[in-house]
Amino acid sequence: MISLSRINVTFNIGSRTVEAARDIDLHVNEGDVFGIVGYSGAGKSTLVRVMNLLQRPTSGEVTVNGQNLLALRPRELRTARKKIGMIFQHFNLMKSRTVYDNVLYPLKSARMPKKDKDRKVRELLELVGLFDKLGAYPSQLSGGQKQRVAIARALANDPRILLCDEATSALDPKTTLSILDLLRDLNRKLGLTIVIITHEMQVVKEICNKVAVMEEGRIVEQGDIVPIFSDPKQPLTRDFIHTATHFGQTVEKIMSHPSLTRMSENDRLCKISFVGERTGEAVVSDIASRFGVSANILFGNVEILQQTPVGSLIVVLSGGRAELDKALAYLRSLGVEVEQLPSPSALTPEGGERIG
Amino acid sequence: MNDWLNRYLPNVMDNLDDIWESTYETVYMVFMTSLFSAIFGIALGVILVATDKGGVLANKWVYGILEKIVNFFRSVPFIILIALVVPVTRLITGTSIGMNAAIVPLVIGIVPFYARQIQNALLEVDPGIIEATQAMGSSPLEIIFRVYLKEGLTGIVRASSVTVINLIGLTTMAGAIGSGGLGSLAINKGYNRFQLDITFVATALILLLVFVCQFIGDYFTRKSAH
Repeated sequence: MISLSRINVTFNIGSRTVEAARDIDLHVNEGDVFGIVGYSGAGKSTLVRVMNLLQRPTSGEVTVNGQNLLALRPRELRTARKKIGMIFQHFNLMKSRTVYDNVLYPLKSARMPKKDKDRKVRELLELVGLFDKLGAYPSQLSGGQKQRVAIARALANDPRILLCDEATSALDPKTTLSILDLLRDLNRKLGLTIVIITHEMQVVKEICNKVAVMEEGRIVEQGDIVPIFSDPKQPLTRDFIHTATHFGQTVEKIMSHPSLTRMSENDRLCKISFVGERTGEAVVSDIASRFGVSANILFGNVEILQQTPVGSLIVVLSGGRAELDKALAYLRSLGVEVEQLPSPSALTPEGGERIG
Repeated sequence: MNDWLNRYLPNVMDNLDDIWESTYETVYMVFMTSLFSAIFGIALGVILVATDKGGVLANKWVYGILEKIVNFFRSVPFIILIALVVPVTRLITGTSIGMNAAIVPLVIGIVPFYARQIQNALLEVDPGIIEATQAMGSSPLEIIFRVYLKEGLTGIVRASSVTVINLIGLTTMAGAIGSGGLGSLAINKGYNRFQLDITFVATALILLLVFVCQFIGDYFTRKSAH
């Protein structure tokens, strides 16, 4: 549906050269909800603008809906763009037009009877749940409502693709969820392919089936969401996931309070990660009965991604040295990932509070 | 009442016809100049915004040349500009004296000012909105007519009202080429003949015109804002 190959985008700002996208290959299939995450300045907004040529790449190929966009004449490109919807962080609604007229705008140049246009606008506003705000001006709406109008407007020409540029970044968490719900609905009902640019892994976790992680203009990791979340290869990806699950903060907290873990010499502090059927609890009770290794669970977290549970536990395993080794080997043989964390007692907490 | 007027404004009462005629001439010059300037000024302002770097029809050459012309005419003092453009005035109106002849330098003097004001008003339109309409597949002309001119309307109205008020000031200087109007009345009758009351009344009438324009401008500015 969208295929970028060997995309480079270079800006010249004064004497400085900024490479906003470097050698990017990316494929979005029909029906995908594709997330692109990265910190600000990573080049993700540039990349999404390449998909409708708001930003022309310095080199590379852009194929969308089967068309090579770079080969199109201006008029043909405009026609192609009508089939690629886009929404923005700051909504970009026209302040001088009512909600109704904002949604009508993209239909202005369409060749269809006035009556049909009117019906289309009303259908779209119904779809996004704003039928009662038809005559309101954007300044009278909340952020979430504005984004709903923007979504209705983006869908006016029945696009097959919707590009979302930080579409929820200006919204509060609750409104974010309601907009994501709407997008998920559109993906299911209309088969709309969605590309989401965001700096929040939460958003990706919520609705994406695929994700690409960007840093300094490069995609450092991409793929289906479950393997990426359960087994991130890159430190940056891990960072993002930990922020979304609060995992990082928790580990830090545990590390700074050795007393929390109450570890004796033979104990091991481990992170156990599991995907799918095999839940953590079962695994933990399993090693207790098989090897006599007891596990003290300090922290647990389970996410449901695309109907698949993905979870991790931080545990202190205690038992004899030989039993511990056997237990760890057994866990690994089950396909559960076990990572031994450095024992907090080895680190003297500089200025850390002492409890008990 | 009449006695009172005759005592305090003797020269005004003797020249009532002249005063009415001058008022008419000023209003006529302001109106006709506004009409032409609106067309040329808005067109020029729009072209400046569209051809500017990053504009919907970006063109370094067109922008560079227009911008230099605008700057040049804005820098020339109006009283000198009147003399400078006399050949053009003759070419267009066949004369260089009188109300109609004055309209030519007035238009040339006010259009660059107005175009700049329009340019600033249009640059206030959120670039995000322009980007959104480009993403929707709008053509440059659609963006100019349906987005810039509509979203920038409040700014355009405000710029227009400022420009008309400026223009009233310029018409008084057009008296230098025998345009008539309240400006030349105040100078020729009021100042040169020591008839101070005529100067006062001319001033009052100019102020009245300015207030009326300001009022109308404010009304439409309010009406166009959402």
